[in-house]
Amino acid sequence: MLSYAIRRLLGAIPTLFIIITLAFFMMRIAPGGPFDSQRRLPPEIEHNIKAAYDLDKPLYQQYFIYLGKLTRGDLGPSFKNKDFTVTELIADGLPVSAKLGLSAMFLAVLLGLITGTIAALRQNKATDYSVMSMAMIGITIPTFVMAPILTLIFGVYGVSLFGYDISLPVGGWNGGAIRNMILPVIVLSLPQIAVIARLTRGSMVEVLHSNYVRTARAKGLSSFQVVVRHALRAAILPLVSYLGPAIAGILTGSLIVEQIFGIPGIGRYFVNGALNRDYTLVMGVLIYYATFVILLNLLADLLYAVLDPRVRYAR
Amino acid sequence: MSVPFSADRTAEIMERAVDVKGRSLWEDARRRLFRNRAAVVSIVTLSVITLLAVLGPFVLAYPYDYIDYSVVSCAPDWWPDPAVLCNAGGSHWFGTDSVGRDLLVRTLYGARVSLAVGLIATLVSLVIGVTYGATAGYLGGRVDELMMRFVDVLYSIPYIFLVIILMVIFNRNFFLLFVAIGAVEWLTMSRIVRGQTLSIKQKEFIEAARASGVNGFGIITRHIIPNVFGPVVVYVTLTVPASILAESFLSFLGLGIQEPLTSWGVLISEGANQMETAPWMLIFPAMFMAVTLFCFNFIGDGLRDALDPKDR
Repeated sequence: MLSYAIRRLLGAIPTLFIIITLAFFMMRIAPGGPFDSQRRLPPEIEHNIKAAYDLDKPLYQQYFIYLGKLTRGDLGPSFKNKDFTVTELIADGLPVSAKLGLSAMFLAVLLGLITGTIAALRQNKATDYSVMSMAMIGITIPTFVMAPILTLIFGVYGVSLFGYDISLPVGGWNGGAIRNMILPVIVLSLPQIAVIARLTRGSMVEVLHSNYVRTARAKGLSSFQVVVRHALRAAILPLVSYLGPAIAGILTGSLIVEQIFGIPGIGRYFVNGALNRDYTLVMGVLIYYATFVILLNLLADLLYAVLDPRVRYAR
Repeated sequence: MSVPFSADRTAEIMERAVDVKGRSLWEDARRRLFRNRAAVVSIVTLSVITLLAVLGPFVLAYPYDYIDYSVVSCAPDWWPDPAVLCNAGGSHWFGTDSVGRDLLVRTLYGARVSLAVGLIATLVSLVIGVTYGATAGYLGGRVDELMMRFVDVLYSIPYIFLVIILMVIFNRNFFLLFVAIGAVEWLTMSRIVRGQTLSIKQKEFIEAARASGVNGFGIITRHIIPNVFGPVVVYVTLTVPASILAESFLSFLGLGIQEPLTSWGVLISEGANQMETAPWMLIFPAMFMAVTLFCFNFIGDGLRDALDPKDR
């Protein structure tokens, strides 16, 4: 398995290389540049600025310069956020996005697994239908609708429960205080809960009909043990391959949730960077994202082998 | 005790056999789909929304871009909270937006745009995905590996980045928005089609076609693509809502449809900004969009169950 992992990691290098190349040239095809502004700069100054960032060189030379720096781990300076390197910006934003994303994912897996399993155990009964309808709502209502509605209820109108005021702050990060995290985490996790519940229910229904589960029941194990120790282990297999890319996506920050709640993660760098032609920043975030996707997919495949003894990465 | 088969008897059986109609896969699927209540309700609802979107703007009193500063952000007359009423007159059933445009006609116009985006983007992804997947699966070997590797690479680029870049390059062109969304939605489609093709091309009828001299292009278009239709149809009904969502997501970020033209995403984004003072501007478009997405998902689920040979 170790050799398989190493082979996969080596295989990821050309993939990353292609992504970097594609993204680099796509960014540059787009008209405009990072130093275009309403006010025309004197040509000498503009030329000096461009020269400082190597933007006056032919495109292929810029490409090789970028690659050269990249191999030394240098993502370059940000064009728009003066005095910051891309690495610094990402190092600032990533922990915030990661904390938010991982909390949301943890909540989603926990609730998704529980509700999905309950739905499967009550297949085609009222509980099943209501859980699956709720899941459908979670999938179909986009985050940018859910976020304002929840903000309106808990933030603006304010809700009190048993005499306690449970209204929540509607935005800001405040260093990751729990009160500030509740709403964004809920909004971020709702669609994930829905997807995970549906996945779990689907595979759980199949597993519960299999022979070894019947055997486990026949030898007199309690229903709880049958479900948790025997069925769940097989039923989470499809979940594992879903979670890889999903975690990568959520780690790099959700554009919408970060924008609505004013959270200083790295999600906003994507859009702002692309719009401002902040080439290095967009490339930097993209490289992080792609690396996460590749690593987490590998992790998911390895975990698959651990969970499912039939899968072996020999050869 | 067997009845000897006389010529008479054989003729009779043959005659009766002509009347017995076999049920094809699609007929069978249709029956099963129509037995699924959620799917039928969804089909009806979706037809109503489509009809409203197509006909509504012709029938209603206001054009979608008619600005009237005397009725800015007016609640509909039946709104329960009297504090925000401004008596805009009975004809603004959904109220008006922040520059006094009729929200009902804008919601229906937005439905046109959103549905069009969903359908056209899906069509684009269908054409690219099916062609690409079928070609890769049919050719197999090195070519297949290379082609699917390319798909893997595109998978690890966040699609929103691709769309943003495409929108920036093509300067927020209305039609290219469709194409851009379609061009990033085809990846899963091509994977599905490739997988199906790999198993179909081992079947005897492909061998028979090859033996009778059909070339590769003919085999792909006439024999393979018709046979991968089942899973593709299911995935198509799920791509339409995904495309609608993608468009509204972009519009929410200000990269999609531009004013005065509108879509559900634009309306929801406007409504979210105004929701404290004018919640109807969020509620109506959001409801329309959620119901539409609901319907597509239910139809997709229904089709999957109907076409699944396992629980026949």
